[in-house]
Amino acid sequence: MTDNPNEINPGEIEPGESPRVPRRVIGTPPPRGGDSLLGPDAGARPRGDGNGAAAAHDAHPADEPVAVGEIKYPDPQSARKGERRASLLFLVTFLAGIGFVASYVIFQVGSVERTATSNLALGGSLAVALLSMAAGMVVWARQIMPKYTLVQQRHPMASSPEVREDVAKTFIEGANESGFLRHKMLRRTLLLASAPLGLLPLVLLKDLGPLPGTSLRHTVWKKGLRLMVEGTRQPIRAADFNSPGGILSVVPEGHEDDLNALAKATLILIKFRPEDLKPGVNLNWTHDSIVAYSKICTHVGCPAALYEQTTHHILCPCHQSTFDAADGAKVIFGPAARPLPQLPIGVDNEGYLIAQSDFNVPVGPSFWERGDAEAEARGQA
Amino acid sequence: MSLDTVPKPIAGTSTFLDDRIGAGNFLKRNLRKVFPDHWSFLLGEIALYSFVILLLTGTFLTFWFKPSMGEVVYKGAYEPLVGVHMSEAYASALHISFDVRGGLLIRQIHHWAALLFVAGMMVHMLRVFFTGAYRKPRELNWIIGVLLLTLALLEGLTGYSLPDDLLSGAGLRITEGVAISLPLVGTYITFFLFGGEYPGEDVISRFYSLHILLIPGILLALISAHMILMWVQKHTQMPGKGRTETNVVGAPFYPTFMVKSGAYFLFTFGVLALLGTFAQINPIWLFGPYTPADISAGSQPDFYMGFLEGALRLMPAWEINFLGYTLPLSVLIPALVPMGIIMTGLALYPFAERWITGDNREHHLTDRPRNNPHRTSIGISGITFYGILWLLGANDEISSTFHIPLYTTTEVGRVAIFVGPAIAYFVAYRMCIGLQRRDQETLLHGVESGVIKRLPHGEYIEVHVPPAEDLAALVQGKKRIPAIEAAPDGEGVPPKGMRNPLGRLRAKLSETYSADSEAISLDGHHGDGHGEGHGHAGVGAGDETKAIGH
Repeated sequence: MTDNPNEINPGEIEPGESPRVPRRVIGTPPPRGGDSLLGPDAGARPRGDGNGAAAAHDAHPADEPVAVGEIKYPDPQSARKGERRASLLFLVTFLAGIGFVASYVIFQVGSVERTATSNLALGGSLAVALLSMAAGMVVWARQIMPKYTLVQQRHPMASSPEVREDVAKTFIEGANESGFLRHKMLRRTLLLASAPLGLLPLVLLKDLGPLPGTSLRHTVWKKGLRLMVEGTRQPIRAADFNSPGGILSVVPEGHEDDLNALAKATLILIKFRPEDLKPGVNLNWTHDSIVAYSKICTHVGCPAALYEQTTHHILCPCHQSTFDAADGAKVIFGPAARPLPQLPIGVDNEGYLIAQSDFNVPVGPSFWERGDAEAEARGQA
Repeated sequence: MSLDTVPKPIAGTSTFLDDRIGAGNFLKRNLRKVFPDHWSFLLGEIALYSFVILLLTGTFLTFWFKPSMGEVVYKGAYEPLVGVHMSEAYASALHISFDVRGGLLIRQIHHWAALLFVAGMMVHMLRVFFTGAYRKPRELNWIIGVLLLTLALLEGLTGYSLPDDLLSGAGLRITEGVAISLPLVGTYITFFLFGGEYPGEDVISRFYSLHILLIPGILLALISAHMILMWVQKHTQMPGKGRTETNVVGAPFYPTFMVKSGAYFLFTFGVLALLGTFAQINPIWLFGPYTPADISAGSQPDFYMGFLEGALRLMPAWEINFLGYTLPLSVLIPALVPMGIIMTGLALYPFAERWITGDNREHHLTDRPRNNPHRTSIGISGITFYGILWLLGANDEISSTFHIPLYTTTEVGRVAIFVGPAIAYFVAYRMCIGLQRRDQETLLHGVESGVIKRLPHGEYIEVHVPPAEDLAALVQGKKRIPAIEAAPDGEGVPPKGMRNPLGRLRAKLSETYSADSEAISLDGHHGDGHGEGHGHAGVGAGDETKAIGH
């Protein structure tokens, strides 16, 4: 772009220059000189076509957008009205902007109530400022700018056959000049050299984490480790946990804040009436009808945290896998495919609940290397 | 006052630039670029502006957010959590919310903008799909769009995991459960992602660099490519008066469209500011810090992840053990199949359609959805598939709101996911045909004028007049859906390429896909079932109008 006025304000119409030039409709107000990009005097003047020099330079003069039909200028009175409206809206934006800064200074944060007030003041003024400016700009575009329709020609996206041929020729020439095809050894060694380079980034990523090994098969539970109530961190005396239907969320002693340990070792502990227990429960692993199951859902690992006392159902809130706690936590409904593993528990000589050993199967979601660990465990038993 | 010359500062700058990079030619071509005027063309802009707002608000949030899983004791302004052990990430998210002026506002705007970003992309994509605007030459831009949508889902997932509250942790846990279920590589991917066993101490900082650098970088590059291709190929346009395959009709970029676009950006921002002010979103302080031992009922992901959540809930408990290995189908299928069907289906659709119709022409005039009934029905079918999964992602809410037993919602969903899309296909197809027939009637019989006339023999009729010019042009924009030449030649030999099973399938699909074009013609002549002297009234103006026999 230059400062040549003709670039923006094409000169006078030359008679008979373009048959596409639409005429201004009689009765519409004349455009004010220079206001429009379309030209100083002809409302319907197509841009570019009037500029002889520009058109001559242009390979596709038809590419230039051409105005068709009537160009509607707002009459001066409604334009003035539009101006007043837009200006009012812009003033509102100005005031709201000031209001935003003022709110920032006036309303401090530091408590829930004060944050709420500050949020309301800041957000309210910001929203008013933005919306009001947006509305003003719409008024500007709709009530002050002229309305007309432009038509621009399209061309097929494809290049001409000559260009394609030319490119193909250049490509072949270049390929031959490079000698990439002729010099076999060069080509092969280059490809050979690239292969390890391409692998480097993958190799570098190895230290993102350790290999899984057998870590998924174990938890921190071991013989003698006490069961602690989640949250209060108190050991549980079996004699105190004596109301049937009671349930506790349990974590291993000494690992109460170890999220990695908790992600596998968290338990739910349920006290049953002896007659409620069904064959699915391994009675050797219970103590006084207290049963411990892994809390980590065997579907994708959410904590299966909801328990319905009357039906003994454990429900995982994520995907609604439902387990029958009275029957070895076998799956009754939902996408989980395996029961929640049961942890062997007993009491120490002070009467506190302890683990007898680790789980005999991996807890949590299934994974490729897991295999049918339950069958293996049964085989060993 | 009006300008006669370009003002000095602008002229100086532009001369400087033009002397060095020749910007004049570009501006000459593009200042008056034509933008078609149709409301549906603005849907993509919502997504674009949301992205800009996401970049702005996100940058603000990074000034205070600490992507660390190191344990700290909270000492901030939110009383109920003071003294609680939590990750530094969660503590800094609380700090942004309660100790930084405007922090809560920007955080909420950021979250709302993320929802609007994905929602905007979705409706924009539906517009492009149903109008056939993805056809040649715009297939590449369509694929970029599908990539953008996929990346946006990933960007959302990495983003809402960052605050490390109990809700985001549940999402992260499910992500881990899905990743670890992958055959062969699942455990390795999980261990590399989390730096060891779940949850580890690395995932937040890793998600952080993905969320603020890698994915937005790719998004930005793809969005730029999307814009450039759109600009080079010019917009499509709806059929109408004066609109052809070889032109584009609309308003100029400068000044009208520029101002309107600016206003539109401000509207988007303003609405997001309103939402950020008045509509609480993700109140992380209520959820508490993450621990893998706890969860709250009614945990829901952001809306765009709902369909995956629904798929997981819907799936029956299938799991295969063989040779000491496990294939957890109850996780793999819902995590991969719906997303695979939707995204792959979207990406391949333009090519599949081109293969079926054999249509290799450029298309710049869009279809009205009714005029390509099979495409529209496939789209509606897809929406139904997605929608059922999405609804099922909130089946616990549905169950408690409408007092339907929880398992019933799942069982109904298991049937609906297969039956629903089929019904939707049929209904959408019939509606398209019905709408086409109505179009035909409009052309043949005109529109009701509201003028009641009494004929000499006492009969009352309503005068029908020809439809308005623009309406007629829109209706007549219907084009026949092309089909491949598959009919056997004179000697009963099908064309080459149509003789093998694949060719026969293609011929069959092509015939079905284009079938309705034969039935309803909109070129102003009578189609099927409209013989002369049929008793229907023709179209006329004023007194020449004949009666519609009722």
